[in-house]
Amino acid sequence: MKMITVPGRYKNLVELSEFIRQAAQEAGLDDFAIYSVETAVEEACTNIIEHAYGGEGNGDIQCKCQVSDEGLTIFLHDQGKPFDPKSIQEPDIHAPLKKRKSNGLGLYIMRQWMDDVKFEFDPQKGNTLTMFKGKEKKR
Amino acid sequence: METKVTSYKHCDLVKTEGRVDSATAPQFSETLQGITDQGRFKIVLDFGSLDFISSAGLRVLINTQKTCKRYNRGEVVLASVPANIYAALDLSGFTSLFQIFDEVTNAVGYF
Repeated sequence: MKMITVPGRYKNLVELSEFIRQAAQEAGLDDFAIYSVETAVEEACTNIIEHAYGGEGNGDIQCKCQVSDEGLTIFLHDQGKPFDPKSIQEPDIHAPLKKRKSNGLGLYIMRQWMDDVKFEFDPQKGNTLTMFKGKEKKR
Repeated sequence: METKVTSYKHCDLVKTEGRVDSATAPQFSETLQGITDQGRFKIVLDFGSLDFISSAGLRVLINTQKTCKRYNRGEVVLASVPANIYAALDLSGFTSLFQIFDEVTNAVGYF
């Protein structure tokens, strides 16, 4: 299992993105699946910085990748506040422009583009988000 | 991310390169606001060299579209959108909110 830890700042997410892209290539994902995984990780880390840590520079993000025959599993770990995914309303992607809200899209994209998304909260260990992307296309 | 703004008589063309993500979305927003603050609301975004867009970038798009379409004074249109970026726009329900052109010249000619 490969691992990288970066400070929770937006500018560090590019480095994380490179790391994820490499792991996704090793897992044999196709180009679009690699792009989807990069996007999901960017969205997840943005949520960690914004909601779990309440801003930039308040803690680290640890990322582990596990390549298997089936695909790629990503574990993102932080020590911030627990995040309740149920508190985020699903965006109405059919609403007209005037009524269109621009929040909630990140979590929606993660759920749509990854095959599995699981949040775990432990008062001692911190928060762990596990995402899986299989080799089979999901669009 | 790099942006290059070219002002034409009827619209502004913004060539956007690289990544529009949480780190760069504020800069992207500033560039677009710099145009609308001048009272110019017809904008073509050339995404031909855009590698990546996250929801932070999508938020900038929707907010700028709201500003431009207010009082029917203009519109943001997109041109030369790569397949991955199109997939993100489509997933988020943005393809019904933005006119999308294959060629930049057609997008500029639309205004």
